[in-house]
Amino acid sequence: LLSFLPERSNLAGVRHILLVLSGKGGVGKSTISTQLALSLRHSGKKVGILDVDLCGPSIPCMFRVQDNDVHQCDSGWVPVFVDQDKSISLMSIGFLLEKPDDAVVWRGPKKNALIKQFVADVAWGDLDFLIVDTPPGTSDEHISAVEALRPYKPLGAILVTTPQAVSVGDVRRELTFCKKTGLRVLGIVENMSGFVCPHCSECTNIFSKGGGEELAKHAGVPFLGSVPLDPQLSQSLEEGRDFIQEFPKSSAFPALTQIAQQILDGTLQRSS
Amino acid sequence: AEAAELRARLRSVKHTVLVLSGKGGVGKSTFSALLAHGLAADEAKQVALLDIDICGPSIPKMMGLEGEQVHQSGSGWSPVYVEENLGVMSVGFLLSSPDDAVIWRGPKKNGLIKQFLRDVDWGEIDYLIVDTPPGTSDEHLSIVQYLSAAHIDGAVIITTPQEVSLQDVRKEINFCHKVKLPVIGVVENMSGFICPKCKNESQIFPPTTGGAEKMCQNLNVSLLGKVPLDPQIGKSCDKGQSFLSEAPESPATTSYRNIIQRIQEYCDQHHFQEEKII
Repeated sequence: LLSFLPERSNLAGVRHILLVLSGKGGVGKSTISTQLALSLRHSGKKVGILDVDLCGPSIPCMFRVQDNDVHQCDSGWVPVFVDQDKSISLMSIGFLLEKPDDAVVWRGPKKNALIKQFVADVAWGDLDFLIVDTPPGTSDEHISAVEALRPYKPLGAILVTTPQAVSVGDVRRELTFCKKTGLRVLGIVENMSGFVCPHCSECTNIFSKGGGEELAKHAGVPFLGSVPLDPQLSQSLEEGRDFIQEFPKSSAFPALTQIAQQILDGTLQRSS
Repeated sequence: AEAAELRARLRSVKHTVLVLSGKGGVGKSTFSALLAHGLAADEAKQVALLDIDICGPSIPKMMGLEGEQVHQSGSGWSPVYVEENLGVMSVGFLLSSPDDAVIWRGPKKNGLIKQFLRDVDWGEIDYLIVDTPPGTSDEHLSIVQYLSAAHIDGAVIITTPQEVSLQDVRKEINFCHKVKLPVIGVVENMSGFICPKCKNESQIFPPTTGGAEKMCQNLNVSLLGKVPLDPQIGKSCDKGQSFLSEAPESPATTSYRNIIQRIQEYCDQHHFQEEKII
């Protein structure tokens, strides 16, 4: 199989590639990508995140490395390591902007070219998992990323939704995208699933309830779990903190770690 | 010739407002739908809502128009009417199943947006509201380019309080400056949550860097208002009902109505200024 790939590609050392998708914006793709990476790291895995959201790159800030620069090496771009540990590495257009407020006002063809480069030219080294975080939709970024990744046989995609019908409506379309492009659906995550008031413990379904689980059932794909709204999670993302390490008692922790565990179990199953 | 065609079609539009955000999921479509309902409450005004989110068209569902189809006539495509004075157009009406995905690259999306502007028979409109997908890409460049044949009053920019949103919204404001699109102002959505049981407030999306208020001060744009989270908003959107009518007593309704009024005032002032110049 390796003989079909030109030379030793930058993705040759990556064991599993998975995409985080949603038809809908703002449901928590980047959040789930970062928390999945942190959880996998806590299970002793080496993880990379490739952020192909070129207009709204959220990943660098979520690890508080937005001021870092990207350096070149012989095999391409060196990803940005999150800390001394070097167990999580990142690539995002966020690192390539001169000023953080600079808008990337590109039409499709220019976006496609950068995404191809991101897939081929980042020297990831050896990784257990490469998580590809995407913008909402089913357009240039998604088509290009899937095409470029196809030779490397991605594990599949996690689809993120919130409970309400307006989100689920878009995620149904994303499921069609996966079907049409031959991308396996690893499962659906329902995010922002209820809010437990920290003062009185009353649970309010701010963004409705149940849509993600129903969609998974309807589409015949695994339901990976419901993640509640958790202000400590939002705060951690704002401050670039490791939520999984620092807030194991917080309401979103069980669901997030269970999602990672299911992904790990899935990869074990596949190799045995 | 194409520009002339667009100009002719858009001549009958008095005011155009774009609803933008760098960030996804902050409530652009929700706001666009409520702005449309709010403006159309005056039966003497003719309102049009154009949804140019080609991959994720939320407007049909939010307006209770799921399953409707577009009809052609001699004068072009007919918008789908919610009320006599409120017409809607979206790619959603061109899809035959809720599972249909529009997997198009930029040029094809641009083509459809041009058709929406050129071939839809909107008639005489007081307000054209354009709902957009998140980002600063094909759809946004195209709509600004095509609407330059007419005249855009400005953009309303939606955000939520946290920095992760604001950092994308600053980019959107820069985009507006780049393409010389006036910014009417910013709406901070999901601004706090009041527990229905104990009435304590929680900042689910915390304004760690000062929220929209600080950003607006720094960038010298207006803060049109802040809207709190209300579970009824999502429910109304899912049901295709106007939240403003379903929950008239909600603090969120009061906020939305104040913001809509400020936008109306901005457009009226603009018009007045234009007339003065003529």
